[in-house]
Amino acid sequence: MMKKSKVFWGYAVLALVIYAVVQILISTNVLDIYYQNMLITMCINIMLAVSLHIVIGITGQFSIGHAGFLAVGAYVSAIITTKLLLPFPLAIFLGALAAAVAGLIVGIPTLRLKGDYLAIATLGFAEIIRIIFLNTDYVGGAAGMQVLYLSNWSYAFIGVVLTILVISNFTNSRHGRACISIREDEIAADAMGINTTYYKVVAFAIGSFFAGLAGAIFAHNFYIIQPTTFGFLKSFDILIFVVLGGLGSLSGSVIAAIFLTVVSAYLANFPETRMIIYSLVLIVVMLYRPTGLMGTKEVADLFKFGKKGGTK
Amino acid sequence: MEWIQQLVNGISLGSIYALIALGYTMVYGIIKLINFAHGDVFMIGSFIGFYAIAKWELGFFPALLLAMVVCAIFGVLIERIAYKRLRNATRIAALITAIGVSLLIEYTTIYFRGAQPAAYPEVITNKSFDVFGVQISSTSILILSVAIVLMILLQFIVHKTKIGKAMRAVSHDADAARLMGINVDNTISATFAIGSALAGAAGVIFGVYYTKIDPLMGVIPGVKAFIAAVLGGIGIIPGAMVGGMLLGVVESLVSALGFSLWRDAAAFVILILILIFRPSGIFGKNAREKV
Repeated sequence: MMKKSKVFWGYAVLALVIYAVVQILISTNVLDIYYQNMLITMCINIMLAVSLHIVIGITGQFSIGHAGFLAVGAYVSAIITTKLLLPFPLAIFLGALAAAVAGLIVGIPTLRLKGDYLAIATLGFAEIIRIIFLNTDYVGGAAGMQVLYLSNWSYAFIGVVLTILVISNFTNSRHGRACISIREDEIAADAMGINTTYYKVVAFAIGSFFAGLAGAIFAHNFYIIQPTTFGFLKSFDILIFVVLGGLGSLSGSVIAAIFLTVVSAYLANFPETRMIIYSLVLIVVMLYRPTGLMGTKEVADLFKFGKKGGTK
Repeated sequence: MEWIQQLVNGISLGSIYALIALGYTMVYGIIKLINFAHGDVFMIGSFIGFYAIAKWELGFFPALLLAMVVCAIFGVLIERIAYKRLRNATRIAALITAIGVSLLIEYTTIYFRGAQPAAYPEVITNKSFDVFGVQISSTSILILSVAIVLMILLQFIVHKTKIGKAMRAVSHDADAARLMGINVDNTISATFAIGSALAGAAGVIFGVYYTKIDPLMGVIPGVKAFIAAVLGGIGIIPGAMVGGMLLGVVESLVSALGFSLWRDAAAFVILILILIFRPSGIFGKNAREKV
């Protein structure tokens, strides 16, 4: 017990140091607008990667419709700040909550499906969500919706810390172990008395909640949101973070999200090249290292040489 | 009368979906992989037809044949390079690879020719027949007849030839088929070749009928053809035909009711309903899960 809280405070101090250093760099203008924007995008991508990690990496449910929940969070929070003129933190919370509700609505019927069928069904739901926004005149339809610029580095960073904190605690809890057992063998987990449907839906809803949180910050960072932003490609973008980082590794997906944000920022002027590289990476990783770069290991595991064995 | 008009449009659209869905269903039946890149083979077929007609001034049927042959080779290449190593991999790994191949084909095409759409040349003089007050264009008759001929040909290959017999055997039980002396790898390649050729044909017909093609055109018809395959019962060839036609008709009717913007949503709603209430599809049998 002592040991655990020590690790926790270690990470808390690390987070504070990162925050303080970046905040000082921003206030002394070492990091200009371009880099600030890149940092916020990075935070959004980390949140998305970690929120999909709990669905694919931990629970083993292959969802390729994550952009749908991003869209729900973005639009709901944008309506709250821009149309109803309520404060931004409330908008973030309600956007995330709306996405979690959408996750429940999508998850309860579809999570009975497995593998390929689940993937196609989540893709279908994400498209339906997108088409609903596309055909709603209240949010601007295809032209998109103007959103106030309210997000900044602090909101984004707090979002990341919150996401990682909740999801890593969930993973290490009784519920998280139940989810991992579903990933390893659903039938065996069921036979052991785990309510598989319940845990799959819970993991899906938590994932959607944090995707919605990311969506709220996303919407208030780009002045305008359009339904086309939340198509197939956005879902695949999020998927590649998780796949590259390692299916089942939280730190892996964080690292992949950071790395790919930087790569795509430098390739922003060559969108085709970026997608060609992305797809080649996806294919090569799957052919030669199907568990992703980190597998199910965490970065912290790499430093614990003394305690090998025992598990597995 | 307008309803019958929409029905005719729906059947034309549906026959394109059906041709693509056949490739999905055959590949799924034999290696249990959703070949996401299938929609992009359709796109490649469409572009080959475009270049054949516009640049090399071939007629409709030579262009159709050329597109089918090139797509067949292309399909086999995809299978040999990307999917063959994944025979024993997890389903998620195979699915992610298929998504990767799909994106690679799309963006390599954009890289080489740009994302702008191309206008399909008019290769057949379009006449309209007036049948009991319904306007039926000659292109939609042509589409339907090409699709039907190809489907009959496919039925013949699958049921009357040696390779068709091998395909059915491998999809039933690959290990037993191998023990019986069937070359499983070649049979899988043949399945990809036939499926991709049908997608290539669908690409050319799509171009002739809708006259506008672009490198990302394969995504939506690809997903919808997959829905059609699921609707009919995946792995079942007549199911894909019926599912495609049905989906085309439903979409046209949704448009006719004045909800044309919701057309794509209708297809996904059908998919979700069928997955929840009858996951084995219209023609499918319920298979019990074995441990």
